[in-house]
Amino acid sequence: MPNNAVVERLDLDQNKYDFRTVDQPVFRTEPGLSEEVVRAISTHKEEPEWMLDFRLKAYRIYLKKPMPTWGSDLSDLENVLDQIYYYVRPQDRMMNSWDDVPESIKDTFQKLGIPEAEQKVLAGVGAQYESEMVYHSLKKEWDDKGVIFDSIEDGLRKHPELFRKHFATVIPPADNKFSALNSAVWSGGSFVYIPKGVHLDTPLQAYFRVNQERMGQFERTLIIADEGSRAHYIEGCTAPAYTTESFHSGVIEIVIAKDAHFRYTTIQNWSRNMYNLVTQRALVNAGATMEWLDGNLGSKATMKYPSCYLIGEGAHGSILSIAYAGDGQHQDTGGKVVHAAPRTTSTIVSKSISKGTGRATYRGLCKVYEGSTASRSNVECDALLINETARSDTYPYIEIEERSANVGHEATVSKIGEEQLFYLTSRGMTEEEAMALIVRGFIEPIAKQLPLEYAVELNRLIEMEMEGSVG
Amino acid sequence: MPGTPILRIESLHAKVADEEPEILKGVDLELPLGEVHAIMGPNASGKSTLAKVLTGHPGYQTTAGTVTFEGRSLLEMEPHERARAGLFLAFQYPVEIPGVSIANFLRTAMQSRLAEGEELDLFDFQDLLLDRMQLLGVDPSFAERPVNDGFSGGEKKRNEILQMAVLKPKLALLDETDSGLDIDALKVVAHGVNTLRREDPTMSVLLITHYQRMLDYITPDVVHVMVDGRIVRSGGPEVAIWLEEEGYSSWREAEEKAVAER
Repeated sequence: MPNNAVVERLDLDQNKYDFRTVDQPVFRTEPGLSEEVVRAISTHKEEPEWMLDFRLKAYRIYLKKPMPTWGSDLSDLENVLDQIYYYVRPQDRMMNSWDDVPESIKDTFQKLGIPEAEQKVLAGVGAQYESEMVYHSLKKEWDDKGVIFDSIEDGLRKHPELFRKHFATVIPPADNKFSALNSAVWSGGSFVYIPKGVHLDTPLQAYFRVNQERMGQFERTLIIADEGSRAHYIEGCTAPAYTTESFHSGVIEIVIAKDAHFRYTTIQNWSRNMYNLVTQRALVNAGATMEWLDGNLGSKATMKYPSCYLIGEGAHGSILSIAYAGDGQHQDTGGKVVHAAPRTTSTIVSKSISKGTGRATYRGLCKVYEGSTASRSNVECDALLINETARSDTYPYIEIEERSANVGHEATVSKIGEEQLFYLTSRGMTEEEAMALIVRGFIEPIAKQLPLEYAVELNRLIEMEMEGSVG
Repeated sequence: MPGTPILRIESLHAKVADEEPEILKGVDLELPLGEVHAIMGPNASGKSTLAKVLTGHPGYQTTAGTVTFEGRSLLEMEPHERARAGLFLAFQYPVEIPGVSIANFLRTAMQSRLAEGEELDLFDFQDLLLDRMQLLGVDPSFAERPVNDGFSGGEKKRNEILQMAVLKPKLALLDETDSGLDIDALKVVAHGVNTLRREDPTMSVLLITHYQRMLDYITPDVVHVMVDGRIVRSGGPEVAIWLEEEGYSSWREAEEKAVAER
């Protein structure tokens, strides 16, 4: 096992994201949650009556549901939830040009490299700051083909029928305590529609930024990929580090029609004071494919299990997840696949790295309903422990009702060994460089799936921490 | 300067860290620049330990003695500093590094040797790597495979030798304790070492082996016999032939007799 001084420097770097923007929101609710807060959000968004009713119903469900007693330690969360701001409106309305976005907010996203990436490699960009999308834009080419990429609020306003047909059908408020909370106070997020047969050759990206202290961000995203379409949506998340806790709880619903192909990539690098409790689920119809690529690097505690409900014959779901748990972090992540049609297939590959007092948990469910004949699922989870104090657990749940199903599960735990380190240092690498290389190799199967900029970013993050100590 | 020792070991004592018994009990050895020396000895005589102590394996502890490498005190250097100074160990059992290609591994090793802020030119590196693979007759696709992951014995040796060819050490330590059993592996090592020495005759070699067979392929200038943590005899290749005929047991008996008579 490597020595402690070296291990200390292995943390992923968050300094890059740790800057605060001084600004004045145009409106925010009082700290804490009440029916008045829920109503105020709805009023501010000038919502139809049915949405206010939906929110209020969800709020009551939220109050009734107990705090989960499994997963991350949420014992202090009640306190946090009493003190955060549930709705902070940073500007009057959403802009479609960066020139119109207030200087301080624009600066924030410039520091994060968003406008630059938009120019180069993206089909469209959405940027959320506190509770609202402050910017949303889609390249004309895709707009002309009927692609919709808008804020969720504009989705409700401009496409009420399509919105209402799918909203909360994939994840109902009563699914879990936090989907109920999100349903009550949701704000921001994207509304995406990919028309029949349209293939987006570059990704759509949404960037979520929490700037203010004691902030709760509750984005809600609804994606509909119509028949035979193909697209990739990327979500990035950061926040500055405060001493008090913040809270992020998103709900992502995806409907994938027949033969469509959709990929959803998340790289969350929240600051270490963030509770990150997210529900994401995709309904996958016949012949369609859903791919979740889930990178959990930041936050204090994350509970997140991207799901694929394979409801049409031959549907395929894939979940690749990578988690990094440094000192004081608990990443409770994994995936869920439900086979509810014949010849459905799924794969889950999970890789976690834990270090110091960090803890990485794989929690997964593979359920095969009776009648899902000849379905196959394969689960593989690998954990890498950087030192003796780090922790990793695996909770694979498998429920199979169908005799003809074929389900495989494989789990490994490895440590960075003295022999590995010695081999690399004997070639001239320092211990830091050696560890960086081993960690990079460990995550390589997933990193190579990432869009290049993110793969480079991930490598850079891992390296920087270790290189920072050299010289 | 020919004749100048690149490596000088003086009464080196060492043991496994946190354990009592000494494994090296006073090793003396001098290796002049550009020479090939072989260390032979029975199992558990301390041959592999010597290789690990010289390269700075953290599992071993030096209790007495000195080692100088090109006049510098080797034992005070970290393993990576020893490597950068020009020492290379071809491992008997190299470990796997899953997900890291040989090319990536070597690129990182080359980059780590540069001064801070200096960037390895990737095209130059690619050229060098191809050139080295050509020299050794290694297929270019080999460099894309993950380091030692699922490699045969021969492939592992090929990888070690390729690394040696790229990193161009001044002194190569070859821990070939068991390789005499695997002819394929043995030939890879011998061919590699001979090729590299033809290219650069100043590359010095310390070859650790149990079997005389290795010396059919690499001709040493000097053979040292190591028994029970000491070099007990040094001489030309004839020492190896003598050993092969007499075996280590007769040597040990002679030793014990001599000790008893003292």
